[in-house]
Amino acid sequence: MRLRDFRLWGLAPAWAIMALTLILPIGIVLLVSLATRGAYGGFDWGLSFDSYAKILFEEDWDGNLAFTPQYLLIIGRTLWLATLTTLICAALALPAAYTIAQAPGRWKPVLIYLVTLPFWVSMIVRVYAWIIILGNDGVIEKTLRGLGLVTDIGSLLFTDGAMLVGLVYSYIPLMILPVFASIEKLDGSLIEASHDLYGSRWVTARRVILPLSLPGVMAGAVLVFVPCLGAVLEPILLGGGKTMLMGNLIQTQFGGGRNWPFGAAIAVTLMVLVMIFLMLNALRARKGAAHG
Amino acid sequence: MADVKRYPGARVFTALFFVWLYAPILVVIAYSFNENRLASVWTGFSWRWYESALQNRALLDAVKISLTVASVATLIATTVALMAALVLVRGRDVRLRRVSETVVNLPLLLPEIVLAVAVLILFSQIGLQNGMAKLIIAHTAFCIPFAFLPIRARLQGMEPDFEEAAQDLYATPWVAFRRVTLPLIAPGVFAGAMLAFVISMDDFITSNMLNSGGSTTLPVYIFGLIKQGTTPELNAISTLIVLGSLVLATTALILTFRTPSRG
Repeated sequence: MRLRDFRLWGLAPAWAIMALTLILPIGIVLLVSLATRGAYGGFDWGLSFDSYAKILFEEDWDGNLAFTPQYLLIIGRTLWLATLTTLICAALALPAAYTIAQAPGRWKPVLIYLVTLPFWVSMIVRVYAWIIILGNDGVIEKTLRGLGLVTDIGSLLFTDGAMLVGLVYSYIPLMILPVFASIEKLDGSLIEASHDLYGSRWVTARRVILPLSLPGVMAGAVLVFVPCLGAVLEPILLGGGKTMLMGNLIQTQFGGGRNWPFGAAIAVTLMVLVMIFLMLNALRARKGAAHG
Repeated sequence: MADVKRYPGARVFTALFFVWLYAPILVVIAYSFNENRLASVWTGFSWRWYESALQNRALLDAVKISLTVASVATLIATTVALMAALVLVRGRDVRLRRVSETVVNLPLLLPEIVLAVAVLILFSQIGLQNGMAKLIIAHTAFCIPFAFLPIRARLQGMEPDFEEAAQDLYATPWVAFRRVTLPLIAPGVFAGAMLAFVISMDDFITSNMLNSGGSTTLPVYIFGLIKQGTTPELNAISTLIVLGSLVLATTALILTFRTPSRG
C-alpha cells in the first residue's frame, strides 16, 4: 500500500457517497419535476413543464390557464422572511459579538461557548420551547395577564411573527461566530484613530467598525439565509398549516398520494434561488477583494 | 476619559441577549417538573413525568433507533471524512482538489429539504424498503462535511514535520499514520465525530421524509407528540435531550479548543 495510490482511493469513498446519494438523486429530482403526475399517486416519466406552469397558473375546469399568485406569494414570503431573519440576526450579532470581543481574555472562550451551546440543543426542542412561550395560555400571555395588562389575548402562535422569532432563535449562533471572528481581528488602534479625528462613537461604529466586520456578516448571512429558505419545522409548528413557506410546501407534496412532480419543481426552484444567492455572494466577495 | 471602544448600553444589550438565548430552554426545564397534567397550569414540583417518560416504550424505541442510526452514520462518515481530509490537506498534486472539497461539503450548500426529497425519490426508484438502511445512508451523506471540517482544521494547524521524521526513520506510510498522525489529530477526529453524531441525532427534515413504521427517530417521535399538544411528559423528554446535548457539546468544545501546540 503506497501513499501515491492513497490520493486516489482516499477520496474515492467520499466521491462515491456524494455521487450516489446527492449528485445522482438531484439529477433524478430534475427529471421528476419534468414528469407528469401519475393517476394513482407517484408519477409517469415524460418531458412536460406542467409542474413549473402550476407555480404560476391554475387550470380551471375548462382547461383554461388562469394566473394564480398563491405559490408566488409563498415563494415571496419565504424570501422575505429569510431576508428579514438574516438582517435581524446581523443586527443582534454585531453588538453582541463586539461586546464579547471587548471582554477580558479569559472570559471570551466562556462567552463564545455560551453562545454556541443552545445550537447543540435539539432543534425541535428549541422550536417547541417557543410554543410554550407564545402559545395559548403560554408564558407571555400568563405574564401579561398576571400584570393585569390584558384579560385574554389571541394566540401569538401561527403568525409570521412567531415564525420570525423561531427562525432568528434557531440560526443566530451561525451569525455570531463569523461576526465575532471578524471583529476580533479588527485593529483597535483604528477605533482610537477615528476618535482622535473627532469621529463620534456612532460615526466610528458606522464608518469603521461596520465596514471592517462586513466579511463576517456576509459569511454569517450565507449560513443563516440558506437554511432559512428551506426551513420546515418553524413554518409547521410556529406558523401553523396556513402560513406556508417553500420548505413545508415541498414536504406536503411528498406525503402519500400528493403531487411529486410539483414538489420536485418547487425543490428545483428552491435550489436555483440558493444558487443565485451563493453566486451573487461569491461575486460580491471577489469584487470586495479586488477593491479592498 | 471614558474608553472610546466602549459603547453605552452594549453590555446591557448583550446581557439581555444571553437571557433571551437561554430563557426558552429554561422554561422547558422548569415546566418539566410541573406536577399537573396540564403543562400550562403549575400546581407543584414532581418527578413523575420523568418516571413516565422512562417507561414510555415508543419513546425508548425511538431513542434506540436514533442511537443506532447516529452511531453507524458517525462511524462511516468520520472514516470517510478522515480519509478525504488526509488526501486534501497532506496529498501533493492532488487532481481535482477544489472540486473534491466542494463535493465533500456539498450537503452544506443546499437546504436540507432538497436533499431529503432527492434521497426519498432515489430510494423509491431503486425500491429500497428497509427503513433503517435508508436512514443510515442519508444520515451518513449529510454528516460527512460536519466530520470533515474539524479534522481538516486540525490537520491544517499541524506541521507535517513529525510525519516526515517518522518516514525518514523508515516507518511505512501506514505505521506513520497510525503511530504519529492519528494520535496528533485525534482531538479533531473526536470533535468531528461528535459533531456528526449530534447532527444525526438532531435531524428532523430528512428522517421525517423517510419515516416509515419501525424507523421513527427521536425528533420525528417528538414532532408527533408536539402536534398532539404540550404535556409535562414532553417537557421531561425535552429536558433529558437538553442534558444529553450539553454533555456532548461540552466534551466536543473542550476537544476542539485544545490546539495542537498547547495540547
